[in-house]
Amino acid sequence: MAAAEAQAQKTGGIGKDVAVYVCLLVLAGIQFVIAYQDISASQMFVRMLSVALIEGGLALLFFMDLSENRGLMWFVLIFTVAVILGMQYGWTDSFRLIDGVPWAK
Amino acid sequence: MSQADLSIHGQVSRTSATENMTAPTFSVPAKKMAMWLFIIADSATFAGCLVAYGFTRNATPDWPRPFHSITNVAAMTLILLTSSLTMLLGIRSAQRADKPGAFRWTMITAVLGVLFAVLHLREWMGMISEGATLFHNPWGTPLFSSLFFSITGLHLLHVTGGVIALIAVGVRYQGGRYKADDLEITGLYWHFVDLVWMFVVPFVYLMNLSH
Repeated sequence: MAAAEAQAQKTGGIGKDVAVYVCLLVLAGIQFVIAYQDISASQMFVRMLSVALIEGGLALLFFMDLSENRGLMWFVLIFTVAVILGMQYGWTDSFRLIDGVPWAK
Repeated sequence: MSQADLSIHGQVSRTSATENMTAPTFSVPAKKMAMWLFIIADSATFAGCLVAYGFTRNATPDWPRPFHSITNVAAMTLILLTSSLTMLLGIRSAQRADKPGAFRWTMITAVLGVLFAVLHLREWMGMISEGATLFHNPWGTPLFSSLFFSITGLHLLHVTGGVIALIAVGVRYQGGRYKADDLEITGLYWHFVDLVWMFVVPFVYLMNLSH
């Protein structure tokens, strides 16, 4: 019954799709506004990343229909986030290169 | 569970075990699951590229900020986001068994993909004419150009592949060889390409905007 309702909703109106599309446009616009703010690179990075994560989440949940399958959503999120977090181990070395080596500025 | 129980319920247990082995994972058809696994792997590829870019940018003093205008990249973003909506409209039409509608929206998506690629190449040509290549950067460290062309090139390669896939699957769907599910799976890939662009634009373009 629930599956039939979900299918009916899926094949029904496109109001939700258009609303998500407009949200994504607005969020992309916010990124362009942030680009012109007079802030430090680290502040800009945090703001850009936050907006990009919201955009990505909206696209995953509603355009790629992950919100309709909770099991798959957790599977995708856990594996992807774990791998991406694992890549962050080298950042300290990036700071060492700019501050800690003899030829650093 | 005793041995007797096992022998009594042996047939039932074997049946349920077989059902478990053949049941689709997360109730997702195998083809769709394969696309999700590809998307997970490919997101690691792009994340690796962006992390390498961030590492290099952070560790390089006087990182160049060569972009003066956002017009082109804004147009590219608008086109790619709109193409995701047209892809969705195509999928929704296919789910309603509206074959001509699904085919039309899929082809519109492919045309938007081509337009995106053309604007991307125009952007590249502008940078190349200013002297930026994979191994040379007129604004400072050569690492900027090599990372810029590598990351945006990898994304452009995905867009090109996506356009080819959209045309191939759309035509075969129209001809009756493929079903709505196949169009939906291609759509998943197209949305992923769009999703990656949401991260490439702020970090590769907007954070390198000259003020």
